[in-house]
Amino acid sequence: MSNLLRICLIAILLAGQAFAVEPDEILDDPVLEARARDISKQLRCVVCQNQDIDSSNAGVARDLRLLVRERLQEGDTDADVIEYVRARYGDYVLMSPPWKPATYVLWFAPFGFAGLSLIAFMVVFRRGRSKAEQGLSDVEEAEVEAITAAWRKGDTP
Amino acid sequence: MIRVFALAPLIIAVVVGGFFLWGLDPDRDPNALPSTLISQPAPEFSLDAVAGLETPGLARADLVQGQGPVVVNVFASWCVPCRAEHAVLTRLVEDENQTLYGINYKDKPEDATRWLAELGNPYARIGSDLSGRAGIEWGLAGVPETFIVGGDGTVLYRYVGPIVGEKAVGIFRDALEAARVWDKEQGQGS
Repeated sequence: MSNLLRICLIAILLAGQAFAVEPDEILDDPVLEARARDISKQLRCVVCQNQDIDSSNAGVARDLRLLVRERLQEGDTDADVIEYVRARYGDYVLMSPPWKPATYVLWFAPFGFAGLSLIAFMVVFRRGRSKAEQGLSDVEEAEVEAITAAWRKGDTP
Repeated sequence: MIRVFALAPLIIAVVVGGFFLWGLDPDRDPNALPSTLISQPAPEFSLDAVAGLETPGLARADLVQGQGPVVVNVFASWCVPCRAEHAVLTRLVEDENQTLYGINYKDKPEDATRWLAELGNPYARIGSDLSGRAGIEWGLAGVPETFIVGGDGTVLYRYVGPIVGEKAVGIFRDALEAARVWDKEQGQGS
């Protein structure tokens, strides 16, 4: 790969990482700005597929970023800000699903499946081992005996 | 124990197949946006009139005048589907005398004025939402979006996207009819 191509590729990759947050949005207070960035990463851009508002260039995402900063400046806590947006856009706007009865299945399913597969694995494993330890049954022993006896006599089956 | 395991493939096939069936349903729209506003009181907002337009502005108080459900349409001159939807909304106003309010979303007043002069103005009131803040209050994802608000200020229905085409118009008219019935029942109850 030529160097030029490599540089182009890196540039393209970096372009994706570029901040959607525009300079005029950034707050003067670095602590508030850091909180705003953190909150923005937890909020979904409603017109994009699975992108947070911090990295989205969509108009609505920008409006929400500005709103988040405005609420922070007015003294809202992080939870207040997220609740304010959630009240208008619903749980869908949260990047990670909330913990409530409707989402229990979602949260528990992975552990449930892991448990089930562990049980299945143990049952199969145990059965395999006990079979091996048991050895052959009396009927099978007799059968083997008959075959080896016939072999010794010389007539191969 | 072995019997139970023998059934496992069947159970897995039924569960997975059920999900496939659900996923393949042509009536299911994976892009459908859930709305939290339905059955909730309409959000608090107050918008000035579009500068240079005779039509008055729009605030929450205008929604609860008690003359049946009102239709609130969010539109913009830069929104191409809105142009197609405009004819449908105009017919709704002319044929059924439906009260139609507009929220002019992030639009230059002169563009909006020109757009309405060209296509006609079916809106009884238009609020100019330059900042998009009222849009956020309504949980707006894009333009156009159309809401049906009951006479008591309850949001009854939300249509995302342009109401264009027989199917969409049918869905919206049904929702409007249901809203009128609901509104009448509410009126009798109180």
